[in-house]
Amino acid sequence: MAKTNEELKMIATQVRRDILRMVCMAKSGHPGGSMGSTDILTSLYFNEMNQNPATWTRDGKGQDMFILSAGHMTPVYYSVLARAGYFPADELGSFRQMGTRLQGHPSVRKNLPGIFQASGSLGQGLSAACGLALGKKLDQDPNFVYCLCGDGESEEGQIWEAGMFAVFHKLDNLIAMTDWNGQQIDGPVEKVAGEGDLAAKWEAWGWKVIVADGHDFDAIAKAFELAKAGKGSGQPTMILFKTEMGHGVSFMAGTHKWHGSVPKPEQLEQALNELGETPLGDF
Amino acid sequence: MKKYTDTGKKDTRSGFGVGLLKAGQANPNVVALTADLKGSLKMDAFAAEFPERFIQCGIAEANMVGAAAGLAITGKIPFIGSFAEFVTGRVYDQIRQEVAYGCTNVKIASSHAGITLGEDGATHQTMEDIALMRALPGMVVLNPCDFNQTVQATIAAAKYNGPVYLRFGRPSVPNFTPEDEPFVIGKAIVLNEGKDVTLIATGHTVWEALLAAEALEADGISAEVINMATIKPLDEEAIVKSAKKTGAVVVAEEHNMAGGLGEAVAGVLAKNLPTPVEFVNGQDRFGQSGTPSALMAAYGLDAPHIAEAAKKAVARK
Repeated sequence: MAKTNEELKMIATQVRRDILRMVCMAKSGHPGGSMGSTDILTSLYFNEMNQNPATWTRDGKGQDMFILSAGHMTPVYYSVLARAGYFPADELGSFRQMGTRLQGHPSVRKNLPGIFQASGSLGQGLSAACGLALGKKLDQDPNFVYCLCGDGESEEGQIWEAGMFAVFHKLDNLIAMTDWNGQQIDGPVEKVAGEGDLAAKWEAWGWKVIVADGHDFDAIAKAFELAKAGKGSGQPTMILFKTEMGHGVSFMAGTHKWHGSVPKPEQLEQALNELGETPLGDF
Repeated sequence: MKKYTDTGKKDTRSGFGVGLLKAGQANPNVVALTADLKGSLKMDAFAAEFPERFIQCGIAEANMVGAAAGLAITGKIPFIGSFAEFVTGRVYDQIRQEVAYGCTNVKIASSHAGITLGEDGATHQTMEDIALMRALPGMVVLNPCDFNQTVQATIAAAKYNGPVYLRFGRPSVPNFTPEDEPFVIGKAIVLNEGKDVTLIATGHTVWEALLAAEALEADGISAEVINMATIKPLDEEAIVKSAKKTGAVVVAEEHNMAGGLGEAVAGVLAKNLPTPVEFVNGQDRFGQSGTPSALMAAYGLDAPHIAEAAKKAVARK
C-alpha cells in the first residue's frame, strides 16, 4: 500500500531525527548530505522499490536493488533501512561504534540486511549498479536497479565510464539518481571543481534525464514514474534531484559546513525541536 | 634428474583462453569482460560461443571492475581481462573496494604480466602486480607456468568461490606440464626431488629453474625444483619441508623484490626454519623494450642466473 505524502513526510522527519541522533552519538558521520537525500530515499524504499526485508538476499533475485554510490551517506541509508524493517531501529545507536554492523561506510562483511555492496570510495557505485542491471538482464529478472550518486562524487572519472557503459549496454532497468545539492566538503561544487550543467552532460552521454525537486514528494513520485516508463526504451535514466544539504534544520540547510561535521549538544536540541517528534518515536 | 619434455611452445594467455571456454561450457554463470583486449586475452572463442555472456567494456578498466562486482553479486562468475598493469595498478582501489573488501566472486585475468611482455616497454611491463594483489586480504594469487597449467588454473579459478588474481603472459614458452592435471589452489608441485638446494619458481621462471637444475646436476649439485603456481595462499608446509631437506633456497620470479614470492618465502622460513635464501627477481627496477628472452637474460631471470644463485645459496650453508 502506497504511503501518502503525509505519511512519507512523517517518516522523513523521523529519519532526519535519527540521522542527527546517530551522528551525535557517534561524534562523527555525514549529516548534511544525508538530510538532503532523506526525502528521496524515503520515497524510494517506502513507495517505489519492489523490496521486501523478510525475503532479502544479497543477490537481489526477484527484487529491486539499490546501491548507495555516495557511501558516506550511511546515516540516512541505515535509518531508512531500519525504518523499512531490515533491522531493528534500536541498532541505529551503534552507528560507527566498535563491533557494529553499521560501519562508517556500507560494508557487506557485517551481515547487515539490505546492503548489496560496499561503497564509500567515490565514483564506483554506479559501475557496480551497471553490473547488477546487466546481471538482471542476463537472468531476465524484470526488476530495477537504483543507484544514488553525489554531484561532488560525479567529479570522479569512473562515473562517466559507467555512464558510457550503461548506454552502450542499453541498461534501461537502471535508474540512477544524483543528489544535486551543489555542495561538497571544500565548498560549493562550482567553486571547487566547476562541474557545470549536469543535465546537459548526462543528456550528451545519451541518458534519459529527469530534473526534479528532491524535497517535493509529488515531484519525486512523478520522476520515478517517468523513469520506470523508460523500461524497454534501451536507455538508462538519470534523475537529477535538486536538493539542499542539511534540509529540514534552519542552521544546517544549504551549506557545505555540515557535510561531515556534527552538531553540538545544544545544536542537536534545537534541531530536534525544529523537526518535532513523530509517532514512530526515536530509537 | 626427472626429464620434462617441451611438447611445443605456447603462450600461457592462450591457455587462459582455452580454460575460459571450458569453464564457460561447464557453468552458465561464467561471464567474461574485457577493456578492449579481447584478442590479446584470447577471449575470442568464449565470445563466439557465448556472445551474450561476453561483455565489452571499452577502454575503461575502472568501470569494468565495478561492473564485474555487480555481476558477481547477482550470481555470475565474471572474469575480467586486461594487461597485468591495467588490471592491477591502474585499478587497485576498485579491486580493493569492489572485489576484495566487497567479497565478490570476481576473477582477475591478468595477461602480459612481467617483463616478457617485451617490446612495448616499461609502461606496460608490471613487475609489481603480485605485491599489490598479495596485499589484499583474502585474494588468491595464481601464477601458472605453462599453457597446460594455465588452462587448469583458469578452470580451478572458476570453481573457487572468491576473488582470484590469475597471472599469465604473452610469450610462447615450453609447454611441459601434464595436459589434464587438475590445478589445486594452495598446493605446491615438486617437479624434481633434490637434496642440496631448493629452487622455488613461479610462472615463466619454472622452466628456467628446470634448466638450471640440469646445469647444476652436471656440476654435482642436486636441486629440488618446486613449481609455486599458487602464491597466495602459500604452501608453507611444502617450503619448510623442502628447506629442511636441502638447507638452501632460491626463489625465482618475474617480478620485483618488493612484495613478491621471494619475500613471502623468506617470511615463511624466517618464522619456521631460518635458511639461506637467494633471490632471482627484477630487484627494484623498471623494464625496457626488448625481446622476452633478451629481457629475461638482461634482468637476471633466466636459467644461468638461477644456477648461479643456487651456488651462492649452497655456499652459505
